[in-house]
Parts: sequence; structure tokens; C-alpha cells
Amino acid sequence: MEHLSVAAIGMGLVVIGAGIGIGNIGAKAMESIARQPEAIGDIRSNMILMAALVEGAALIAIIMAYLIG
Amino acid sequence: MLKKILSIILLSMFVFGLNAQEHGSHESPNGDESHDSHHAFDPAESAFHHISNHNVYSIGPWNIPLPCILYAPEEGWSMFMSGVFEPSAEHHGTGHKAYKKYVLDKGIVKHVADPSFPSEEVEIEDVVTREEMVDGKKKDVSYVKYNGKEYKLDSKSTMDGGVFGGGITSFYDFSITKNVAGMMLVALFLMWVFIRVARTYKEREGKAPKGIQNFLEPLFLFIQDEVTKPFLGDKWEKYNPFLMTLFFFILGLNLFGQIPFFGGSNITGNLAVTMVLAIVTFFVVNLNGNKNYWEHVLWMPGVPAWVKTILTPVEIMSMFIKPMTLMLRLFANIVAGHIVIAIFIGLIFVFGKSGQLVGASYGTSIVSMLLAMFMMSLEILVAFVQAYVFTILTASYLSAATEEAHH
Repeated sequence: MEHLSVAAIGMGLVVIGAGIGIGNIGAKAMESIARQPEAIGDIRSNMILMAALVEGAALIAIIMAYLIG
Repeated sequence: MLKKILSIILLSMFVFGLNAQEHGSHESPNGDESHDSHHAFDPAESAFHHISNHNVYSIGPWNIPLPCILYAPEEGWSMFMSGVFEPSAEHHGTGHKAYKKYVLDKGIVKHVADPSFPSEEVEIEDVVTREEMVDGKKKDVSYVKYNGKEYKLDSKSTMDGGVFGGGITSFYDFSITKNVAGMMLVALFLMWVFIRVARTYKEREGKAPKGIQNFLEPLFLFIQDEVTKPFLGDKWEKYNPFLMTLFFFILGLNLFGQIPFFGGSNITGNLAVTMVLAIVTFFVVNLNGNKNYWEHVLWMPGVPAWVKTILTPVEIMSMFIKPMTLMLRLFANIVAGHIVIAIFIGLIFVFGKSGQLVGASYGTSIVSMLLAMFMMSLEILVAFVQAYVFTILTASYLSAATEEAHH
């Protein structure tokens, strides 16, 4: 049970980190779209790519926490 | 704004009211109940049961038998339809019969290793599941009751080496399970659709698209223009078929899993399925890697030698981490959506005490259904986004592997 709670805290921290990262990506992408609406296609695909990379690191950490906990 | 606040207050009053009602009216005796999964409703257990892979395809109260192909080292191969177990309507088919020492436990085939158990078709009394300590870890172990005696049931062998609580047991399962059947259905459907559309393109050349073409053409062109061409440059025609197959297969599986009351398939939410997709991607990327790519992986040009000693292991590790994240991302996104929906539906049974409080059940089911409907519409978006992300990442790995040197 103690293991589980530590792992749960770890998962929470991971989600905070990933949330900040993906939030930054989204905010900057919105800003750039507002500045240059004609580049929306490029910005969107790059935004999703970056968000997916951040998410990948977070997922590995979550799975690790799940396996250890 | 005022309306919103009012509705939130009303909703919370409703929920807390239900809570109070639940505590006031019913005292559950904490005796033998903790052992029996039939009475005390466990939402997590129910959710995990509903996202797992089964040997019967159950739609509502009907159990459609699927072929079982099983191998036990002691008894050899056995092949039969899962209908021989005579699965019951509740719990998605716990079998009434044992056949060749195999038993159906909540839709999953299990094997009795005990040699004293009869190997022909016999009536069984019940299948029970208990929590036990195995090697210092809590584990659910199932037992079959036959002739007043209990026999331990083995789960199928898994190749995870005990990481996810599996391991090599007394039998191997090569059956066409619910997920395999679902994948075959989706593959056949996609084949039928695409062959038909291809034929229409030939017949109606130069004319406006018609019928299902209208749905597929924008999707196809979107992936071609946004993913394949920008990432792969002039080599896009070579890899276009692979990327399109990936996209439409994953999208088809994701959307197939979203159909309510149709067996609740969870195909892309199965780690084995996404692992195979990721392994295929891994081989396609690395077998197509050119000299430039391998040079960058094994001996990065233009950096000092001591940095290379650090860089090379990291690059080799990232070669394997890339498909691993592909596998986990798709799996985790789909599984999370399915679990949330299952938990929302499970709330009805939690607040209604498995049907004992009828009023609370009706009340919660309204809220639960609204929440589940919201989640399902979100999941349709996730189905598209995850198929797109899988394809775009594969394309970016491919483009890194096939890029020509330019420095």
C-alpha cells in the first residue's frame, strides 16, 4: 500500500510536468497562429508532433511508476 | 453565468443527497462478502474486466462463440468453439461446463493443471475468484468447484516475464479471441470499402466524387498533403501505402471500439496489438535507414570523440524507445478513455448498491449517461488524433532514417 501511494504521487508529478509542457506548446502555437494565420497548417502539425513527444516521456514515467508501485 | 452556478449547486446537492441516502439506508455486513466478487461491486475490477480480451464475443445477453485454439504441453493441441462451455449470460459468460480440462471464467479460458480433474466434458458447479498472496504480491486466483472439491485454475501463458503479473503457465492460448475477431472484421471492412472506392475512381474518372468517396477523399488527401509529402519529400510515393495503411487501420480499430452495445471492443487498447504495430514500424524505419542514418546513430559525425562515447549509447537506446512510446501512447490513450466510460457507468451500481436502491440507480444513471456521452464524443476526437499522431510520428522517424546527407 505504501508503494502504491508513492507511485501515485510520482504519477501526479509526471502529469503536472507534462501538463506544463503541453500547455506551453499549445499557448505558443495559439500565439503564432494569431500572428500568422496563413501558417496554420504547419503550426498545427508541428504542435501535435511536439505534444506527442512530451506525452511520450510522460507515459514512460507513468508506466514505470505503475510497474514499480 | 448564474444558470451555470445554479446547475452546479443542484448537481452537487443531488450527488451528496444520494451519498447520504446510501449511508442511511443500508448497512452492508462485512463478513464473507469480501471474498465474493458477485455481491460487493468493485468499479475498478469491473472496468478492467470490460476492457480485457475474451474468448466469447458478447453482445448484450448473447454470447457468440469464438474458436479456441489451445496448446497444453501435457495434452497437446485442442481446438473447439467456446460454445461447448455453455457460457451464462451474466459476467459475459462464465461456463457451465468444463471441456478437456478447460474452463471459461468470466469469458476467459483457463486450464486445470490438476491431473485428477476429468478430461471429458463435465458439468461444473461454480467458478470463484479469491485474492491471494503469491510471491509477496496480491493476485486474483480462480478456482473451479467440481464434485464438492476446488481445483486451481491457471491463466494463459504470457511473454511478459512476470512484469505484468503473467508468466509461463500450464497452457498456451492461440485462440481467435474477441480482439482478433474484431481486427479481422475491421480489416475486411476496410478492404471492402477501399476496393469499392478504388473501382469508383476508375469508373468515374474526371467526375465529382460520389458516396463513400466523399468521406475518404478528404481524409486521404489530408494525410497525404500534411504528413507524407512534407516529411518524406520526393520519396513520399514509396512510403505512402504503408502510412495510409497504418492510419486507416488504427482509425478503424479506434472507431470500432467506440461503437456502444457492440461487444465493447478494446482492440487498440490492448498492449499486444499496439506492440505489433510499433514493431512493424520499427522494422520499416530501420530496414529503410540509409548510410547517413546509421552513421548518425553509431558514430555521430562532427562531435569530439569523448562525446561520441556518450552519444552512441543514447542514440541506440532512443532507437528502441521510439517504437516503445508509439506503443504506449496509443494504448494508454484508448485504454484511459474506455476505463473512464466504464467507471462512469459503474457509478450507477456504486450509488444504487447493485440495484438495491432503485431510486438512486435511476438518478445516477441520468448523470452517468450524460457524462459517458460526453466522454464518448471526446473519444471520437481522440480516435482521430491518435491515429494521426501515430502516422505523423512514423513519418518523422522515416524521414530521419531516409534523409540524405547535406553538410
